[in-house]
Amino acid sequence: MDARLPPMLKDAALTALIAAALGIFIAGFRTYDVGKGLTFDFQLVDLAIAVVTIFFGRLGLQLASIGLKWPAFVLGTILGAIGAAPVRLPSTFLHWFIVLAGILIILRTIWPWANAAMAHARHSPRGVIYSQHFAKWFGAALLVAAVLMPFAPFADQKTMDLAVLILTYVMLGWGLNIVVGLAGLLDLGYVAFYAVGAYSYALLSTQYGLGFWSVLPLAGMMAATFGLVLGFPVLRLRGDYLAIVTMGFGEIIRLVLLNWVDLSNGPAGIGGIPGPTLFGAVFAETAPAGRQTFAEMMGVPFSSNQRLIYLYYIILLLALVTNLFTQRIRRLPVGRAWEALREDETACKALGINPTNTKLTAFAVGAMFAGFAGSFFAAKQRFISPESFTFIESAIILAIVVMGGMGSQIGVVLAAVLLIGLPEWFRDLGAYRMVVFGLAMVLIMVFRPRGLIAHREPSVRLHPVRAGP
Amino acid sequence: MTPSRTGGATLIEVEHLTMRFGGLVAIDDVSFTARPREITAIIGPNGAGKTTVFNCITGFYKPTVGRLTLRGEPDYLLERMLGHEIGQKARVARTFQNIRLFPGMTVLENLLVAQHNKLMRASGMSIYGLLGLKRFRTAEAEAIDKARLWLERIQLVADADRPAGELPYGAQRRLEIARAMCTDPRLLCLDEPAAGLNPRESAELNDLLVSIRDRDGVGVLLIEHDMSVVMTISDHVVVLDYGRKIAEGAPEEVRNDPSVIRAYLGTEDGADA
Repeated sequence: MDARLPPMLKDAALTALIAAALGIFIAGFRTYDVGKGLTFDFQLVDLAIAVVTIFFGRLGLQLASIGLKWPAFVLGTILGAIGAAPVRLPSTFLHWFIVLAGILIILRTIWPWANAAMAHARHSPRGVIYSQHFAKWFGAALLVAAVLMPFAPFADQKTMDLAVLILTYVMLGWGLNIVVGLAGLLDLGYVAFYAVGAYSYALLSTQYGLGFWSVLPLAGMMAATFGLVLGFPVLRLRGDYLAIVTMGFGEIIRLVLLNWVDLSNGPAGIGGIPGPTLFGAVFAETAPAGRQTFAEMMGVPFSSNQRLIYLYYIILLLALVTNLFTQRIRRLPVGRAWEALREDETACKALGINPTNTKLTAFAVGAMFAGFAGSFFAAKQRFISPESFTFIESAIILAIVVMGGMGSQIGVVLAAVLLIGLPEWFRDLGAYRMVVFGLAMVLIMVFRPRGLIAHREPSVRLHPVRAGP
Repeated sequence: MTPSRTGGATLIEVEHLTMRFGGLVAIDDVSFTARPREITAIIGPNGAGKTTVFNCITGFYKPTVGRLTLRGEPDYLLERMLGHEIGQKARVARTFQNIRLFPGMTVLENLLVAQHNKLMRASGMSIYGLLGLKRFRTAEAEAIDKARLWLERIQLVADADRPAGELPYGAQRRLEIARAMCTDPRLLCLDEPAAGLNPRESAELNDLLVSIRDRDGVGVLLIEHDMSVVMTISDHVVVLDYGRKIAEGAPEEVRNDPSVIRAYLGTEDGADA
């Protein structure tokens, strides 16, 4: 027997013991409402299975970490197979839990090898070319998939709703990426500009009867103006201080909307916001006087899906505009100055770059895209209230940017799908879905501390990349 | 005043410069001038106030007392200008004692950021640039040509697309000088450019600085401890000690000045003369 085994067994047993001690209160009991009060049941079988899984899981990770690849791999496969096997365990969650443990061990086993191979590939000229091609084709494939998606057989109402939601966050992520990823300004109040855009459209459309497409640029300008006004006093702050002040501004905007009842109707919100039109045609079963419905215009029967698909294409278009704008501006002097400010503000000053103006443009441009997204949100929901613009929204958008990899466009898409899509897809897991959400975040931070996609493509090259000999 | 190679012209005039931090007097009534097309070295023991002089000239500190005039058409009073305006309008560029490149950006990008103001004008506040107009593309091509020229002069053409932070130390020092030169400066302030260089790199640096003086016609202010650099290439030397100017003149004169020798080596009996 290997001399390294006993300490590892001891360690795994200790881990299992801790898990048992913690789990007995979290998962060991189940409370029921029996009318007169609460009563509880033991769920010790569940707990025992979980603890045993943790024991073998820890053992597997230990084996992998000392380089015993094959035993670890076999253990991981066995765990995965047990979890996936059609035996009846007390809850579905346990199946997931065991499978996840198996996957973790396998990942841990192949990680060093995969990492080394990737590092090697990244540094060879051929690898650089492949990664560039891959990024290009992957982006193109994603785009084609996104355009065709509404016509796919699985695109029911629920899926389309989720797709619209994810795309909204993708757009917000790309917008915030300008501020955080490029200019390096940690903005925790981004949702304020989203709110400004939403209320701009809600008020202008319900009070003055303006349409979605004419308000869209106004809402963007309005949000950008707010960005300038809020940015001017705070942008001389750096890092954490800036983050706290922007967070404060985010809350101030929400509180103003909540309390300035004459303007915003306060906590009751604004309802009856008209949806976007297509060349004047509305997406509803019956059109108001003087208008026609989309179904009439096209001569097709009405279906509630038409509206959803139209909304989907609008947000896809808005998101693509944001993306193309960012790609382009990154190669312009102002974009390079943003990145330079992120890297070293003192050096920028010495080179004659005006830091305040440069930061303000980043702040205003980022705010503008939040304004666009906000007015889309108002048009989609048809009802908005300050409740939609809480701090947690800012935090989620920031998490998307940070986990995607600061400054990476594709990374934001992946992170948005992961952070917004996963909690929706895993609704079957009930209360455990937030655990999965947290686990996904922890895993990304452990394995990819600089975000899913940390690679930075230079904005300009002196030597175009060519294949090596 | 020592006679100079360029006659009576003055590039920068420092008059009665005093900088106090609370009770500490970092610079005490220092006056000197530097001429165009000359290398003026500022030397002195550690803590003599050399970098503080630089920080006053480049707008990072506001002097307590004193006037800093950059001669030209028109004259600029540097102590009244904001930090970035000194680079933008008065065209004073500087490097830092601890290198301050943009480490995540490539070598070429570093040199393009230095040409920001020129490119910004050509990009019409980014609007021409966003539209991809020819006017902007030409300006950008010129900026890249200029960057390539400097990369050739500092032997970094092959590394143009590498992140600046990956370069070896000596190359980073050279790149920082090239970046400062890409701003088209009239006065270049170098804070210990030879620090941490080996003798060969140090000799290459001498050639680079001499070519900046003679070929580009830029006035150089140089803080340096490496006497092999100072004595070989400077035209004029200013010696500071405890925030005061204790000597000034041609390298030969300063080298033999008793007060300078005292400041560097101390007196035999430790008493002040």
